[in-house]
Amino acid sequence: MTYNAGTVDVAVIGAGHAGIEAGLAAARLGCSTVVFTINLDAVGNCPCNPSIGGTAKGHLVREIDALGGEMGKTADACTIQSRMLNLGKGPAVHSLRAQIDRNQYARTMKHKLETCPNLLLRQAEVVKLEQDGGDWLLTTRLEAVYRAKAVIIATGTFLGGKVFVGDVSYESGPDGMFPAAFLPDSLKDLGIALRRFKTGTPARVLKSSIDFTNLEVQQGDEPVVPFSYETEEKLENKAVCHISWTNEATHQVIKDNIHRSPLYGGEIQGIGPRYCPSIEDKVVRFPEKERHQLFIEPCGLDTEEMYLQGMSSSLPEDVQVDFYHTIPGLEHVQLMRTAYAIEYDCCDPRELTAALEFRELPGLYGAGQFNGSSGYEEAAAQGLVAGINAARKVQGKEPVILDRASSYIGTLIDDLITKGASDPYRMMTSRSEYRLVLRQDNADQRLTPLGWEIGLISAKRWAKFQEKEAQKAAEQKRAQNTVFSPTEELNRILVSRGTSPVNTGARLADLLRRPQITYQDLAPIDTSRPNYPPAVFEAVEIALKYEGYIKRQLADIEEMRRVERKKLPLTVDYSQVKGLRLEAAEKLNKVKPENIGQAGRISGVSPADISVLLIWLAGRQG
Amino acid sequence: MPEGERTIAAISTGAAPGGIGIVRVSGPEARAVADRVFRGRNGRQIAQMQGYTAALGGAYTAAGEKLDDVVALVFAAPKSYTGEDVVELSCHGGLYLTRRLLQEVLAAGASPAQPGEFTRRAFLNGKMDLTQAEAVMELIGAGGEQAAREAQAGSSGALSQRVGAIREELTGLGAHLAAWADFPEEDVPAVENQALSQSLEHAAQELSRLLESFDVGKVYREGVRTVIAGRPNAGKSTLMNLLAGCQRSIVTQYAGTTRDVVEETVLLGGIPLRLADTAGLRDTDDPVESIGVAAARERVQTADLVLAVFDSSQELEREDLELAESLSTIPAVAVVNKTDLPSKIDLEQVRKHFSHVACISAASGEGLEELQEEITALLGTGNFDPGAGMLFTERQRHHARAALEALREAENALALGMTLDAVTVCVEDALNALYALTGETASEEVVDQVFETFCVGK
Repeated sequence: MTYNAGTVDVAVIGAGHAGIEAGLAAARLGCSTVVFTINLDAVGNCPCNPSIGGTAKGHLVREIDALGGEMGKTADACTIQSRMLNLGKGPAVHSLRAQIDRNQYARTMKHKLETCPNLLLRQAEVVKLEQDGGDWLLTTRLEAVYRAKAVIIATGTFLGGKVFVGDVSYESGPDGMFPAAFLPDSLKDLGIALRRFKTGTPARVLKSSIDFTNLEVQQGDEPVVPFSYETEEKLENKAVCHISWTNEATHQVIKDNIHRSPLYGGEIQGIGPRYCPSIEDKVVRFPEKERHQLFIEPCGLDTEEMYLQGMSSSLPEDVQVDFYHTIPGLEHVQLMRTAYAIEYDCCDPRELTAALEFRELPGLYGAGQFNGSSGYEEAAAQGLVAGINAARKVQGKEPVILDRASSYIGTLIDDLITKGASDPYRMMTSRSEYRLVLRQDNADQRLTPLGWEIGLISAKRWAKFQEKEAQKAAEQKRAQNTVFSPTEELNRILVSRGTSPVNTGARLADLLRRPQITYQDLAPIDTSRPNYPPAVFEAVEIALKYEGYIKRQLADIEEMRRVERKKLPLTVDYSQVKGLRLEAAEKLNKVKPENIGQAGRISGVSPADISVLLIWLAGRQG
Repeated sequence: MPEGERTIAAISTGAAPGGIGIVRVSGPEARAVADRVFRGRNGRQIAQMQGYTAALGGAYTAAGEKLDDVVALVFAAPKSYTGEDVVELSCHGGLYLTRRLLQEVLAAGASPAQPGEFTRRAFLNGKMDLTQAEAVMELIGAGGEQAAREAQAGSSGALSQRVGAIREELTGLGAHLAAWADFPEEDVPAVENQALSQSLEHAAQELSRLLESFDVGKVYREGVRTVIAGRPNAGKSTLMNLLAGCQRSIVTQYAGTTRDVVEETVLLGGIPLRLADTAGLRDTDDPVESIGVAAARERVQTADLVLAVFDSSQELEREDLELAESLSTIPAVAVVNKTDLPSKIDLEQVRKHFSHVACISAASGEGLEELQEEITALLGTGNFDPGAGMLFTERQRHHARAALEALREAENALALGMTLDAVTVCVEDALNALYALTGETASEEVVDQVFETFCVGK
């Protein structure tokens, strides 16, 4: 028999990376919040790779941190190895990635939820979601009924989860957890169209069964750069990764057994991510490649489980054993967890607004894999935005919308709600047209003022941020005003870096504009240099070197924002707009763009359609 | 003013050659833009003019070359068609001249107007009611595929194909750069600066060629305003008849107004020559019609091509030399006629004045091929393959130029030793411009190709 379990402002379904940020943000903004998880031991779990960050994902973590989210701080606390990827390829694509102690990460996050004021972490499976007046009612499997003003769905791969290993399949969440088997029907009753996506993960193997003798070692980078702008203690590399390669024999085993793959046999209906192919996918799709790389990564410091990055599979267990054994170093490897594919339900994110709220279901929000994305960082980013906006809705405030020019988070959300997701969406630097402006090094400058305004940034952090900004401004000024005479020493430095000497005085700023010259190069002659943190000099140097490109992107951003300011009504039938082509009207009806700028980004909507919309819009207002 | 930031321009008279061609400039910078092209006869600045006033003057290129006499009509906001500041520059018609004028206005800082943009602004500024605007919207809607149609026009999609090929090259490049940046730990081949620079240069060259084709292509699209000149009895009429007779088809007859008299377009070696009705010139045979002589002279001065006819059976006379001298700055071919008769002409003297000389017998048709070759050489259409696809409109040209500029910037960044993220951004700008050229929205092509081409992902 159902019973009334109480009333909250915000209820979050799921305590993965999206649910955690959503719950913490809502509670910290003063909302009474309940976070449901099917299993308390699954909170903050990393069921796939034991790492946080990576290309573009590192940007997301920095941005989450800049807005006052939790992922960066916890990742820093659990880092066992850190690397700054893409050094040398330009500041736009520098990306931080950390191997983390998976269990410690989950424990840390769980404890943060447990100790967060206004927040209750509750093990319960939500089986029913329904509207009641302006509120939402959530019924759990054990018949508790919670009333909430806003609900955030962050169900990840639990929603209708089904695991595949060869021809064996069963309903399951990740890592052997129960799936959320009842909620899908309830969501369908609300009119939410659900689709099937799938993802996969490689085996975890026993460390002592690996022969590391001939494997290439991958060390972390020194010094370790933290994700969080708040992390002050020095971080250390505590573990290494190893690299090995598949070979002809591996591929033969896979080819001989490909008919036993549920993917190739047609059992899996879900659409998998293009960027995360299983090893059998890689072998079939790129037959000309003789070998594929894999990384052997520790899952933590107090576990012997090792993660085989690059080797996800849904082939039968016996085949997995066979092909893992063909790989150098893994000849006698013992599997601890079998690789598997998992299929799950997700929504069409084009039904969401930029606040991640369902257009047709006020007060209901989606975040993470449920929205068609993939990856811990993508999930956390959306969780944060959904949590902030659910809280603001409850408090009667305007939603916070991050546009494409503000952040990777904004780009991620805009892509999802405008283009939809044809396969699980992963963030990439190439998805941001403003990437010279949206760098991981300036996430704080871009977003911390907003985080402060929203109320997720502490006074201490705000003061620290302002100090850094003041230092940047002072250093910029100093770079303009400092002139070096054309001494032998200066010219020796310039020539040694492959750039031309000077015969008149040279401004520090002008020297730093040269692609070949860094602050570090000029240290011997730059004697008046103040003692600022390295990040300050980095910021000034990038601003100078890329000034021309940045200026152009800023002009593009201004133009983009101009059309973003022209709002479109969310309830309109575009097939009734005279002059719109049929295709454009259909696309517009699907997405219901919030403004003219977003409308223009829908594929199939032409510049002429935009003219029609502008006229129609003005006609409505006039 | 909702659309106030950009100043736009377009030809507002139709595509058919009319008596007067009008380039309309609208937006906050309309006067300033027009002033960069227009020089008032008495030094009048458009910026100083009141609304509803006109000024007479000349239109000049940035290099200071005079294009034509023009009348500038100024409409001050909000009392104009669009409700913004509007300047209309009227020139002496003819598509060639009007387009040149538009080019100069665009070079002076205006952007090409999108289909229906004047009307849209008019409506947004309250110059039109909804019913009127809706009627226009239908038109704009129908024009939605215009860019694609333009690209498909002519040589069955050859332009799309040509642009598509450049785009494909850049997409491949972008995908490689993206894969290399987004999947640093996977075995994506490194981007070699030299190969990158070669690829960029290759695409840039192809774009340059495409841009050059705009001018040459215009010859085919609009025809060459051709005047046959020469003193009486040199054989102009016979030449005219020969050309008209040998044409494979009479393409069209334009009914012009005031200045554009009836014209015939004939094809010579595939080049449409718009032969001005030589009535005026023929009439010069009749001394009574001396007004015609003045008309003919003026016509010669504004032609794209002059066929100067000389009688080889006679010595050069004063009128011949005067004609030759008057053509020193005008594209002209000397047609030394009547080669069937004994020659008395000083051919060397003719060659001094003309770099293109063809000896023919208009009566027998002999030498026609030589004439055709000289015309082809003069117009630079020799190596031109109209089937290869070319730029048709100013709008296309604008985007092709933007793409080329972005590519040059990419090359520059590479040469300076900038990191490849800066180069990549420029490559993407070029790609976006090429998408705009064919009227498409840049899509996920680059990202899509990353996954098609590279085995990346974990």
